[in-house]
Amino acid sequence: MNRVFSLTRLFAIVAKEFVQMRRDRLTFAMVLGIPLMQLVLFGFAINSDPRHLPTAALIEDHSAFSRGLIAAMENSEYFDLTEVVESEARAQELIERGEVQFVLHVPQGFARDLLRGERPQLLLLADATDPAATSNALASLDEVLRRVLGRELDGPNAWLLSTPPAAALVVHAAYNPERISQYNIVPGLMGVVLTMTMVLITGLAITRESERGTMENLLATPARPVEITLGKIIPYVLMGYLQAGLILLAAKFLFAVPMVGSIPLLAAVTLIFIAANLAIGITFSTIARNQLQAMQMGFFFFLPSILLSGFMFPFRGLPVWAQYIGEVLPLTHFLRIVRGILLKGNGIEAIAHEVGPMALFALVALLIGLTRFRQTLD
Amino acid sequence: MSDGEAGAPPPVIDVQGVTKAFGAKTVVDHIDMCVRAGEIYGFLGPNGSGKTTFLRMLCGLLTPDEGTGTCLGFDIRRESLSIKREVGYMTQRFSHYEDLSIRENLDFVARLYGIPKRRAAVDQTLEQLGLVERQRQLAGQLSGGWKQRLALAACLLHQPKLLLLDEPTAGVDPKARRDFWEQIHGLAAKGLTVMITTHYMDEAERCHRLAYIARGRLMTRGTVEEVIERAALATFEVRAGNRPELIARLRSAPAIAQVVPFGNSLHVSGPDRRAIEAVLAEQVGSDSAWKQIDSSLEDVFISLMTEAERAPR
Ligand SMILES: Nc1ncnc2c1ncn2[C@@H]1O[C@H](COP(=O)(O)OP(=O)(O)O)[C@@H](O)[C@H]1O
Ligand SMILES: [Mg+2]
Repeated sequence: MNRVFSLTRLFAIVAKEFVQMRRDRLTFAMVLGIPLMQLVLFGFAINSDPRHLPTAALIEDHSAFSRGLIAAMENSEYFDLTEVVESEARAQELIERGEVQFVLHVPQGFARDLLRGERPQLLLLADATDPAATSNALASLDEVLRRVLGRELDGPNAWLLSTPPAAALVVHAAYNPERISQYNIVPGLMGVVLTMTMVLITGLAITRESERGTMENLLATPARPVEITLGKIIPYVLMGYLQAGLILLAAKFLFAVPMVGSIPLLAAVTLIFIAANLAIGITFSTIARNQLQAMQMGFFFFLPSILLSGFMFPFRGLPVWAQYIGEVLPLTHFLRIVRGILLKGNGIEAIAHEVGPMALFALVALLIGLTRFRQTLD
Repeated sequence: MSDGEAGAPPPVIDVQGVTKAFGAKTVVDHIDMCVRAGEIYGFLGPNGSGKTTFLRMLCGLLTPDEGTGTCLGFDIRRESLSIKREVGYMTQRFSHYEDLSIRENLDFVARLYGIPKRRAAVDQTLEQLGLVERQRQLAGQLSGGWKQRLALAACLLHQPKLLLLDEPTAGVDPKARRDFWEQIHGLAAKGLTVMITTHYMDEAERCHRLAYIARGRLMTRGTVEEVIERAALATFEVRAGNRPELIARLRSAPAIAQVVPFGNSLHVSGPDRRAIEAVLAEQVGSDSAWKQIDSSLEDVFISLMTEAERAPR
């Protein structure tokens, strides 16, 4: 009854929090501004379809074929031939120094082997540090090659065009093998933005009470830790949904991200994810002595989340130890869930194994936060 | 030093041996206290002597390391939730929400206490403390005196039986202080018990009874008269100009416990009247320049403080 938990008191805290939120325009603006800013920033990265990428050529077989290939590549607008090099060492150096994005290597006897039907290899060395920058160019290259082959192998040699292709294109994508599809980013952004604001804002909202001394008053009233904590959390859950909604709308209408799966399912899972992050925020606020410390701890959590979850770098490209850390973080699982639901149309069975660890994390963090929450000022 | 009298009203605060240490530092050291219903009890002591810590233990904000007792009949260790419902605690530092208005702050407190007919209760409290006109003003924009009224209003909303007020008049102008004390006396007349910490001597004299602590230890307690009498302090007023070398010479005399400049005169006091007279006769000369006066509360407190500082820990 009234002793242990009171809805009236819970509601009192929730209502108070809303009034304060309304007065604190700056924080409110940040909560809406952060997703917008990130959308714009990452949106550019997604839209950017860089062309005229500097390309070096190492031609060991001067033939009509190699000339035609280079001309066709330049015509595609993705590649600009900036330098013709004589040795592989030089080509490697150009890539390493970032002076060219690609090196095309036409090996010796290419044309001869081609006509003999030996299916020779064309080599393309790509600097894939930023996969977004190279992926479109790479995608176009297959098409370019097909057209050049079609043009060069006419008449009696046309039989060579039948599958398998007459020449194989071997791409060496240096530094980053998994190319992130553009649709990956916007749904992922939802998880990133939620992590950032939920952890930071709850951490701040609770330490603010201690820092300003209002916690002493709150604790001198019959309010219980559970009521105080939940009362402070609930408004931010709604805030989190606001952010998630904003990003989904942008994903649909600005970036035309396909949404195959069930949005209600996504909303339900998002609640667990939000809870996990809020719980972390509460736990931090019980450790931090002031708002600055809460903020620092928030970033301390945010960085691995963004780096090791598969948002910034492909998860499978991480070293094993980092993957272990990543598996603990709620963002890792949420990213898989969001992408699964939106892009692949996953249903509940397909994502259950990702929801589990996330819910467990939320539960453990909440328990730690609640037990650490001091009912007294000791 | 007994607080009890036959036929006195029942105790509202009754604790024994209350002790609290932060790390190695004992901040409240075995304090006994008994405050009776309807009393205004003054709690004095220098800064850092443990007053706030003691009040926090009474209302369940801190757990005592040692000691037992009751507050409003509830055990201070186990029943802090019941104590919180019936105590109005005014913190030393203003601790209401600066971004909420007076009314919103009171409304919030009223909800936390689950006060029935909340609107009416808030209206009535606003009225009682003269806050009606300012009810829509944000707490952060109020001056010290108004903040203090808001804080008092918030403690009174749930009609507590005991008020614990921690330096409520610090930084408040004299007029507002007087209004405040009128409120307090009015409330005590209606049966409310008030425990109040202060550094002002005039406020100490308005209390029914006092306790003085220094370095966490209770030094004395009783009515103003009892406290002065018990101190058995002889005080002399010396009108010989406040020359620094005279002050230094008087201070170096073992018979003299303290020398305090008061305007154009010096207050010289110590436990032994005759010994002081001997020193003054020698240092100041003719007895026309000095005479014995009644020790004031302030003289007593300063001497207690000095005594506590000299005592080994
Ligand atoms: N939470 C705390 N942790 C550590 N030390 C504390 C804490 N609260 C008070 N103190 C120390 O206890 C002593 C007494 O403080 P306090 O009770 O506030 O004294 P007063 O109210 O008489 O000025 C001070 O030295 C203070 O620094
Ligand atoms: Mg204090």
